[in-house]
Amino acid sequence: MADERDPVARARLHPVHAFLLAGCVPLFLGALLSDWAYSSTYEIQWTNFASWLLVGALVLAGFALLWALIDLLRADRSWRGRPLVYFLVLLAAWIIGFINALVHAEDAWAKMPEALILSTIVAILALVATWLAFSTWRRGEVK
Amino acid sequence: MRLVAPLAAVAATALLSACGNNSNPNQYGPNPTLPGPHRGLLPTMKIASPAGWGDQRPEVPAGYTITAIATDLKIPRQTLVLPNGDILVAEGRGGGEPKLTPKDFVASKLKAQGTSPVKGGNRLTLLRDANGDGVYETRTVFAENLNAPYGLALVGNTLYVADQDALLRFDYRNGQTRASGPPVVVTPLPSAVNHHWTKSLAASPDGRFLYVGIGSNSNITERGMNVETDRAMVWQVDATTGAHRQYATGIRNPTALAIQPVTGQLWAVVNERDEIGPNLVPDYLTSVREGGFYGWPWSYWGQHVDNRVRPQNPAKVASAVVPDYGLGSHVAALGVAFSAPAMGTRFADGVFVGEHGSWNRTPPSGYRVIFVPFTNGRPSGPPIDFVTNFMGKDGKTRGRPVGVTVDPKGALIVADDLSNTIWRVTPVRR
Repeated sequence: MADERDPVARARLHPVHAFLLAGCVPLFLGALLSDWAYSSTYEIQWTNFASWLLVGALVLAGFALLWALIDLLRADRSWRGRPLVYFLVLLAAWIIGFINALVHAEDAWAKMPEALILSTIVAILALVATWLAFSTWRRGEVK
Repeated sequence: MRLVAPLAAVAATALLSACGNNSNPNQYGPNPTLPGPHRGLLPTMKIASPAGWGDQRPEVPAGYTITAIATDLKIPRQTLVLPNGDILVAEGRGGGEPKLTPKDFVASKLKAQGTSPVKGGNRLTLLRDANGDGVYETRTVFAENLNAPYGLALVGNTLYVADQDALLRFDYRNGQTRASGPPVVVTPLPSAVNHHWTKSLAASPDGRFLYVGIGSNSNITERGMNVETDRAMVWQVDATTGAHRQYATGIRNPTALAIQPVTGQLWAVVNERDEIGPNLVPDYLTSVREGGFYGWPWSYWGQHVDNRVRPQNPAKVASAVVPDYGLGSHVAALGVAFSAPAMGTRFADGVFVGEHGSWNRTPPSGYRVIFVPFTNGRPSGPPIDFVTNFMGKDGKTRGRPVGVTVDPKGALIVADDLSNTIWRVTPVRR
């Protein structure tokens, strides 16, 4: 189904989509910082925080991913370049983030250093996905 | 996309390796085979699939019979045979630790599938066979409104009960079917969080001291070290004053205690840590050395360091005592009792061990009662199956053994907290 809206409206990220996407970034970032805090202090509460921040991030990113997929399917064939890259980066963030959540379920220090490494990768991917999504539409690149 | 494919491959490999090579190395006795620690991306879980007994029965060796002497109990855990032959049954379900991580929510849902849905009784039930025909025709509630009672011990005219949060004392007269009054608190017991909530109990032969087994508050410190104060240890409690001292430490979850006849030595069965492989770490049977440190959390089976614990503690690891006898990994030993000559010559000298059964291992282990033969007061050979078929050949689980108690008249009493039954195994009388 082709998008009937005019190019500018079509190019703008829906506010809820924007919220979901932008919202997952500080959560992934918080998980990374919590992992770093646990790895440097051995204080167990930090890794509990990281586990929950990851769950929150995956929920928001999951809905953003769904939205991105629908946008991608509705976009004109000639117009799919950036949305496709954005979708794939966000997909990668979500999959690695999910693996990271499983790693975080390992008891105590068993999750280290994998948890810290994966959290770093995921935070960067989430940031890149957000950058791609917002910069594309902000500049209003149409074809 | 280039990123995704290799990561998916890594994930798949990790998942596969989690359920991979689970051959059974020999883990019985003083020198169990210990593979290297290993865990896949997902921990292995194989939850018991409960079913009713129907026309099936637990299996016992030739020359023995098994009967259910009480059914429809409310989570029977440990039993005590009183001097007149009456049997006391502690019923309850403790714990209720707060769920701290996303994992806690998922794991608690899964594990609950393998246990009885019945609400814990928080009471002691008394069973009586007045005419000695093996039928326990009288059943009374000896005491109620307890808090997950577990360990039981009788010293003279005093009955001690270990609730999940306190050691209690009842007056007991021979023949009594109901407690004459509410219990007196001997001493509160560590109960914050109460991850491993069962408080096992044994009395010293002279009755001056009570030994209380207190389990750790986590698998391997994942709730932090602060909540492990006064956990994973055996307390020696003064029966008169309630004062306690740490008798043995680093003993992860001492789920049952027993005093060895003649020597008076304290023995324990202990549940070891999870999530480093199907064959780590073997649960064990051990004599409990006064002042001994048994490794938890920093190491297992002596000096095998557990890398999941930070900060590490090389000094403690160096001092760790090696347990006496491996029972196999994840069997979940929850009962121990020294045998008596009346059990028959083959099973006269040794201990019976009730194995509740694994939840994190394929193939499952435990789900039986074994006999560990002793010679000269020490374990002297591989275990012998004594009661089996709790997990049937169809993979269904019909019962899960907990406490085992030897009736000196010649019977083994087995509490089963899945089918809520008390089983009694006796030599066939000719």
